[in-house]
Amino acid sequence: MIVRHRILRLGTLPSSRYFSSFESTVKLPTGIAYRQPTGLFISNEFGASNDGKQLTTYNPRSGKPIANVFVAGSPDVDYAVQTAESALRSWRTTSGTDRGILLYRLCRLIEEHKTLLGSIEAFDTGKPLDTVVADDIQDCINVTRYYAGWADKIHGYSIQPFAEKFAYTLHEPFGVCALIVPWNYPLMLALWKLAPAIAAGNTVVLKPSELTPLSSLYLGNLITEAGFPPGVVNILSGDGNTGAVLASHPRINKISFTGSATTGKKIMHAAASNLIPVVLELGGKSAAIIFEDADLEQAVKWCYSGIMSNSGQICSATSRILIQESIYKKFVEMFKAYTIHRMSADPLDHGPQISDVQLEKVMQYVRSGIEEGAHLVYGGKEIIGPGYFMQPTIFADVRDHMKIAQEEVFGPVVVMDKFTTQSDAIQRANSSTYGLASAIFTKSLTLAVDTSQKLEVGMVWVNSSQDSDFRVPFGGFKMSGFGQELGEYAVKNYLRPKAVHLNLGVSL
Amino acid sequence: MSSTASVPLFQKFKLPNGVEYEQPLGLFINGEFVTGKEGKAFEVINPSTGNVVGKVHEATAADVDIAVDAAETAFYDGPWSKMSSADRGHLLLKLADLFEENLTILASIEAFDNGKAIQLAKGDIGACIGCLRYYGGWADKIHGKVIETNSGSFNFTKQEPIGVCGQIIPWNFPLLMWAWKIGPAIACGNTVVLKTAEQTPLGGLFAAKLCKEAGFPPGVINILSGFGRTAGAAIASHMKIHKVAFTGSTLVGRQIMKAAAESNLKKVTLELGGKSPNIVFEDADIDRAVEWINFGIYYNAGQCCCAGSRVYVQESIYDKVIEAFRKRAQANVVGNPFDEATFQGAQVSEAQYNRIMSYVELGKKEGATVEVGGERHGNEGYFIKPTVFSNVTEDMRIMQEEIFGPVCAIAKFKDLDDAISKGNSTTYGLASAVHTGSLSTAMEVANRLRAGTVWVNSYNTLHWALPFGGYGESGIGRELGKEALRNYTQVKTVSINLS
Repeated sequence: MIVRHRILRLGTLPSSRYFSSFESTVKLPTGIAYRQPTGLFISNEFGASNDGKQLTTYNPRSGKPIANVFVAGSPDVDYAVQTAESALRSWRTTSGTDRGILLYRLCRLIEEHKTLLGSIEAFDTGKPLDTVVADDIQDCINVTRYYAGWADKIHGYSIQPFAEKFAYTLHEPFGVCALIVPWNYPLMLALWKLAPAIAAGNTVVLKPSELTPLSSLYLGNLITEAGFPPGVVNILSGDGNTGAVLASHPRINKISFTGSATTGKKIMHAAASNLIPVVLELGGKSAAIIFEDADLEQAVKWCYSGIMSNSGQICSATSRILIQESIYKKFVEMFKAYTIHRMSADPLDHGPQISDVQLEKVMQYVRSGIEEGAHLVYGGKEIIGPGYFMQPTIFADVRDHMKIAQEEVFGPVVVMDKFTTQSDAIQRANSSTYGLASAIFTKSLTLAVDTSQKLEVGMVWVNSSQDSDFRVPFGGFKMSGFGQELGEYAVKNYLRPKAVHLNLGVSL
Repeated sequence: MSSTASVPLFQKFKLPNGVEYEQPLGLFINGEFVTGKEGKAFEVINPSTGNVVGKVHEATAADVDIAVDAAETAFYDGPWSKMSSADRGHLLLKLADLFEENLTILASIEAFDNGKAIQLAKGDIGACIGCLRYYGGWADKIHGKVIETNSGSFNFTKQEPIGVCGQIIPWNFPLLMWAWKIGPAIACGNTVVLKTAEQTPLGGLFAAKLCKEAGFPPGVINILSGFGRTAGAAIASHMKIHKVAFTGSTLVGRQIMKAAAESNLKKVTLELGGKSPNIVFEDADIDRAVEWINFGIYYNAGQCCCAGSRVYVQESIYDKVIEAFRKRAQANVVGNPFDEATFQGAQVSEAQYNRIMSYVELGKKEGATVEVGGERHGNEGYFIKPTVFSNVTEDMRIMQEEIFGPVCAIAKFKDLDDAISKGNSTTYGLASAVHTGSLSTAMEVANRLRAGTVWVNSYNTLHWALPFGGYGESGIGRELGKEALRNYTQVKTVSINLS
């Protein structure tokens, strides 16, 4: 058998390769200093922005600046898109197997740099280091490896409607994909998009959030070392304007955006002018429903993690808990006790909010909750000291009309209320304009399956919350957006079918 | 067969190209190399010289029992049973990487044990790497379905592993066949007991060592050297093996299937022989077609189940093609496998050599003409000159029976219908090829040939992503591609009543 497998023998570059003039030395809280790329990563090179504009990224635990990175403006976005487009010419002829091999290499490199990447991410986002390394970076490794395996398993169909027509579909990449990611899981969400897009044969322009550009820029080093041809992956640090320019660029072929519903609408609007297809992963006001037969201790722990992890800065957080009447008081008490227990071990356990602006937004919601008459069970105050910390906050007796019941707070604030029957809970959960996720706590098989079927959400967790898995699709309904990430579904986002008809005998 | 008194479990080998390595000789059971229960061993012969180069331990039915117990325990208890699908895949990816790191050793073992040219052996190992990496990527992507019937029930299917799978592989592509079997079986979560061919036990044992290095838990992969009549038969009729996959001759395939039926109705897939047609139309690129005809039959010294052993050329270009093919066949470099210039190495054994030569004699008796070859190459080892028969008729035994050597027959056809009729006149149906410049000819021939693979303007261009298997007596089931996963899973339907 002729072997079409060509073993890619691309050399590995010594770490001194990483040194360029578009880097600064950054000293991590762990004491280690490393060279942080600060330039725009285009065609496997870091460079300045055309107008030299820069922005500063801060450490949310101290409020102090970490580094300045360049801001991509219109000419830079233009150059990146052009580069990604030219790279397509030869990238199109790269086999799925070889794309997979490059992604497997990238996976290995992320694994080798696990601690450094985790440290950069923890520094830039304020998250606890151990959690970032064990969860976020591990997820990066898993996701990259998973999509490396999909790269050569993309199949079209052959369809023979009748003898004289043989048809087939080619599942082709879109071309240049713009990937715009937020600040709550910077590197992880970048790879959730980058890995399937690349596996499917696209080239990409990735724009990390202005609040957390460091880990994505560092990824540029690994992209080069893995051996990706120049132009296949481009990474532009920048601000809201960068995102707007990218989303309305006429020569991109697909946009995948994760962020707020407000910005999501703007992205879709910008894309509409060029009729670019869009995937949107937006916010949520996900409900956890606690039935009276639930294992209460477990429900409390999962629900705590479901809102307080990442300081409540999770799109799929189960931030609204509906508890069956008969166990309502007990649940609220247990949740409060558990919160106190966590706080006594470490009052900064849940981490800071990402910025002063975000902290103020959350505190405004806290104030509105109090004003509208919700019962403040615990917390509700900023934590005095360096950084953007606030207390985990519990509101009970939160009626549906209240702002804190309707709107996404995106902070460590949980709202609770009681419900009577299953249909009451379902109706109230579904009354949200969002539809990202839901969690159900019950021991009953029928209740679990039946309730899951009736909730208008893209994801349901039964007896857990937030334990997503890279093999299972992630996405929402309604104002939470459209298009699934993760699992096999994500690859489909980055492919479009072309139907080919062969006329084998119909003559006119 | 003799006692193991003098046969160690490992031995330092130095190969003709200077490669030195430690060759495992024992049976690989439950994560360790061990001697056989009955203390037997058998000789390993280098077909390029005919010399005995060592001995390996031999598995008998008793060892199959031990291996099956280890595989069963690994399947139901212990780390493999609890491992996530992604972690299983990761082990296969590591194994692929180890094959890549040991490419030179593995290719050298193949050339030494099987007699194939080192260049081709390297290609085989590249294909092994691709195959293992491909199935490593499938492991965590095996999905069931959720199926609606009525609102009162919630139904889903799962693709579950079968359990202990028995695998029996041939000698023509020892390591490649090893990878084709191990990859999908392991990706689907099974455990395996694999018997290598008695003619070529060395590569599989070295690969077993790599399995251990990759970190497969004990008992997941067990590799036994042994004979079909004893160890192979024991696998086919074992009551605790729930699936048997066999690649080899149609004759033995029948026995395997019988044994499977008579024991516990274990699931059976078979990759058997072939007598594949290679069809050249007058509008083909003749020079290219001749290259593919040559590659189609002489690749691997004709020891391919899918070899293009019946060449049909359209009348109008017959004389031109046969003239070019005569020259091309004689230009093949036959000889020492370790010579980088060699294309065609030795036949695997004396028995095979004799069998092929007897078909050559038969062909002459049946009245066919030897255009080129038809005799031994050199006077050491089992080398046969590339051979072409012409003036053949469809009913000749050399046109109907699989020769499995560097011997093909070339005949004429009139038109498309004639080509199809001749191509399909076989009880086999493994592969086929059509050479043409016309889209509609290609499509029509591809549609009408009764074969598991149709190559258009190539031959023997297999790929791990493309399903491969036979129509008719060439076998049951498909290997490679996503299709192979079917062989190693069984569907469970779960229907939950909600009303």
